[in-house]
This record gives sequence, structure tokens and C-alpha cells, in this order.
Amino acid sequence: MSEVSTHDLPQSNQTTRGRLFKLQDLAFHQITMVFAMIVLVALAGILISLGHQAAPAFKEFGWGFIWGDVWSIPDEKYGARIAIYGTLITSFIALLLAVPISFGIALFLTETCPTWLRRPLGTAIELLAGVPSIVFGIWGLFIFAPLFSNHVQPIIQDTLGKLPLVGGLFAGPPIGIGILTAGVVLALMVIPFIASVMRDVFETVPPVLKESAYGVGCTTWEVVWNIVLPYTRVGVIGGIMLGLGRALGETMAVTFVIGNSSRLPASLFSPGTSIASTLANEFGEAEPGLHISSLFALGFLLFIITFFVLGVSRWLIYRGTKKQGK
Amino acid sequence: MSLYTQRLWINRIGIGLSMLAMALGFVALLWILWTLFSKGFSALNWDFFTKDTPAPGSAGGGLRNAIVGSGLILFVTTFVSTPFGILAGIYLAEFGDKSKFAAITRFVTDIMLSAPSIIIGLFVYALWVVSFGGFSGWAGSVALSLIAIPVVLRTTENMLRLVPPSLREAAFALGAPRWQVSLKVTLRSVKAGVVTGVLLAVARVTGETAPLLFTALNNQFYNTNMAKPMGNLPVVIFQFGMSPYDNWVQLAWGGSLLIALLVLAINVGARVIFRQKDNF
Repeated sequence: MSEVSTHDLPQSNQTTRGRLFKLQDLAFHQITMVFAMIVLVALAGILISLGHQAAPAFKEFGWGFIWGDVWSIPDEKYGARIAIYGTLITSFIALLLAVPISFGIALFLTETCPTWLRRPLGTAIELLAGVPSIVFGIWGLFIFAPLFSNHVQPIIQDTLGKLPLVGGLFAGPPIGIGILTAGVVLALMVIPFIASVMRDVFETVPPVLKESAYGVGCTTWEVVWNIVLPYTRVGVIGGIMLGLGRALGETMAVTFVIGNSSRLPASLFSPGTSIASTLANEFGEAEPGLHISSLFALGFLLFIITFFVLGVSRWLIYRGTKKQGK
Repeated sequence: MSLYTQRLWINRIGIGLSMLAMALGFVALLWILWTLFSKGFSALNWDFFTKDTPAPGSAGGGLRNAIVGSGLILFVTTFVSTPFGILAGIYLAEFGDKSKFAAITRFVTDIMLSAPSIIIGLFVYALWVVSFGGFSGWAGSVALSLIAIPVVLRTTENMLRLVPPSLREAAFALGAPRWQVSLKVTLRSVKAGVVTGVLLAVARVTGETAPLLFTALNNQFYNTNMAKPMGNLPVVIFQFGMSPYDNWVQLAWGGSLLIALLVLAINVGARVIFRQKDNF
């Protein structure tokens, strides 16, 4: 550094320098803000451009687009009900399987796992989240689906399929690919997301609470069920909603195993379609006009649904993890 | 059975089931990796890297065009999303404490982190492909950048928030302007964390297929011109995996193995870099 100390500098020099810094800071503030704005611009762009492209389909079919159960390219008649049904039912199956398993994983990682194993096992679960969805898809189609149709579906048919009321859900030939398979593969894909949120919120429980429960003689299970879970329920629901948001929009894995049939599926064993898989299959070959517009309309509906689900989820997770400070 | 033994058994069953759940997650990862190796490893030979994707029905072939295309698209994506994500992250961390705009941006970013990637593909199709005349590698990079930016942004912000206030105050006390404090002091002190964020973003987009379907499309031939449709690994895996030709399916397995290894290696690498940060 120079030996000249600041008070030796002429007064005017100091103020110009100060002014320069102020100007630079202002520019820095504005520039970084413009970059931050890109996220909001992208969101607005998605809503506007999808809405604009979808407008002809909504104009043609009105609200009937959402309820219509015919998706026929030759007749130029498009209704979203079958795709929406497929999206919702596969995601529902995924959550049904993934929530208890994720809870188990989070419980194990926070309460019973030896400390030296926590990091490697936690990393393994995070790596499962990193596996690309196309890999889940090809694995689901070639490895999981045949196994499922040969060994699991017959067993389900012999047990659950014999029950009154729910039996019809498991009717039909066990061909391996279909709604149920898509749900199971989706479950595997969302487990890491739900489990890691649950683990994070479980760790926000003050040790004093747990220690007092252990002190009065509670078992580990009772502590988790009666202390940890009630304390973190907001964050846990947020984690489940995050998994739901992921499952609703998942494309490639579902496209591989759902069977891609645009008829209303008769049972959970029959092939179906989801919003995302319809887009992946048809968009590339769609003719400009009503078909493309209807596909955009499907995308628009999917974005609205997932945006709502993810928004609620983030809000709940914020609330769930903020407790930490108390 | 006394109440005590009953409680003990409930506990044992609960803990047992939780261990089973953990084992299930772990086995799923190993099962997928093992499948990839056993099915895909034999496909990784010299031809795989030096020949282009075969036409329907013709034997042999490789994935050279797809590997090069994916590489180019990812390269551009990384160079676009890194500065965007870091600068936006600096804004949220340094200026975003009291502003409503920053709070909304943060919220929307968190949603965009999990938004369906196929929607991003549709958006870039409507915005770029329709108005700039056709499918291209550039469009693919734009779509992937939109997915990568939120990842870089949030990691950068979270890392910058971990910087102790005393470090900032020390720099301010020396008379440094805000931009110098941000770029030369705080950002530099969390270098490892920011690199981790960039790596995680690259890992995230490497396997993304859906946004490339309607943007980069695919190209059967070797092409390094980003303005034209471009072959890329995920879309080739999708097309070849669902095809009836044995050699195509074989190539799809090889491609899956390559992509999965790459993604897992980047993920592990990012964690190693991040952990080294703790040492100083």
C-alpha cells in the first residue's frame, strides 16, 4: 500500500472517490437486481406464452376441455380428462407408497442410525435423487415392469383382487406396464425428496423436548410419533406436497412405463396416459393448429396445478423450518 | 401381555420397519446401478464413442453425435447459467433483506427448482423455436439454463448468508465499496460453495430429457453447429430405448450408463469440494 495516508489527500479527491464508489455501488445494485428479475420474467413468460398458445383450444372447447374424455387426433376433438386422471392417480399411488417409506428413512437417519453411518446413508439417498429420470424410465420398462408382471401383479390379483369393492381396481391382464407401475416408479423417484425434507425438519426439534420424553420412559417410536411428528407436522406436510409437485410433473420415467393409451383406464393394471407423457409423445409430431394448441392447454393446466401445489409446499416448509429459532 | 411389553413390541416393529425403508432406498440405488452396469457396460466400446447413431435397421453404430451434442449444449448452459445465477444470488443475499421484490423472487425460485421440466421445454418452444425459425442447440441450452439458474442462484445465496458479518464489516471499515466487498471478499470466501452449486446444477440438467425434446430435438448426423437441431444423449436414449431394434436398445443402455455415471460422479465431486471447505 502507499505510504500516503488518507488525510494527506486533498479534500476534493476524497469526495470524487466517494462519489465514484457510490455510483459503482448503485450500478452494482441495479445490475444484480436485473439478473434476479430473470426468474420472475421467466415465470411471467411461461404463463403468458403457454396461455397465448393454448387460447385457441380453450376458445374451441371452453370448460369442456377439462372434462372432455375424448382425445382424438383424426376427429380434432380434444379433452383433458383422461390425462388429468392419469396424472392425479399415478401421483396419488406414488405418495401412498412414498410417504411411509420416506418417514421410515427420516426416522432411521435422525434417531436410530449410528452417527458414523448417517453421512454415507444420507448421501446414498441424495444420490438416488440425482439419478436422471430417463434412467428410471429405461430401468422401469426393461427390468421392473417384467418383474412386476410376473411376480407381483399375480399376487396382488390373488389377494386384493378377490376383495369386494376394491377388487375391480386390480382386474385385467397383468402386462407389467400401466398406471400402477408408473405409480411405483414415481414413488421411488420422490422418496429422496420427501425423506430429505422430513429429515431436515425432524432435526429442528429441540433436543430438550426429546430428552424429556426419553426421560419419562418413552420408547424411540413413542418419541417420534408423539413428540417429533406433532412438532414438525407443518414441515412434514410441506415435504409431502413437494413430493406431490415432483410426481405431477415427472415426464420421462412415466412415459416409459405408463403404456400411453388415450382411453380411460379400466383398472390400475391397464395402460393410461398422463399430461406430461402425452406432451412428450405427441408434441414432436403434432400439426400446427388445434392439436398443438390443445397440447399447450394441457401444459398450461399442468403448470397451474404444480405451481399451486409447490407454492403451498414451500410456504409450509418455510413455516416448518422457521421454528428452529424458538 | 403387559402394557410394557406391548409398548416394547410396538417400538421394535416401528424401528424395524424404518430400517426396512432405509434398506429399500439403498437397495433401489444399488439395483439401478447394477442393472446399468450389467446391461450397458458391454456397449461401451470404441465404436460407441467414434461412430454416429445408426439408421433404423442397420447394424452397429455408436453415439458420437449425441455425446458431442450433449457436451456442447451443456457447455453453453454452464457458461450462461453460472454468471446469471451468481449475480442474482448476490442480489438476494446482499440487498434482498428488506425488499419485497427479493422475497417474491426467492419464493418463485424455490418453486422453479421443482417445476416440471417439460413445461420449460414448451415455453422455450413457444418463445424461441417458433420465433427464431426452428429447433436448435441454442434453444436446448436456453431451456436447460432456465432449469440450472435457480439451482445456482439458491446455492449462491445460501452460501453468502453463511459468511460471518464481521468479515463484511472489516472490509467496509477499510473503506471498500459494496461491490468490491461482494465480489472480492464475500464471494471469494464462499468459492467452494458456489462451485458446488454450479456442479449440482450441471448434474441436474445433464440427464434432463423433457426440455430438449421440443428445443434441441435430435440429429441423426454429426453436427457441431448450435444453430441446427442437435443430437443429444437423453433424447437418443428415449428414442432408442423405446424402439424395437436390439442394437438401438443396446446403445440406449450404454448411453444411460454413461449419463448416470457422469451425474453421480459430479454429485459426489460437488460434495467432496464442499466438504474441503470446512477445513479452513
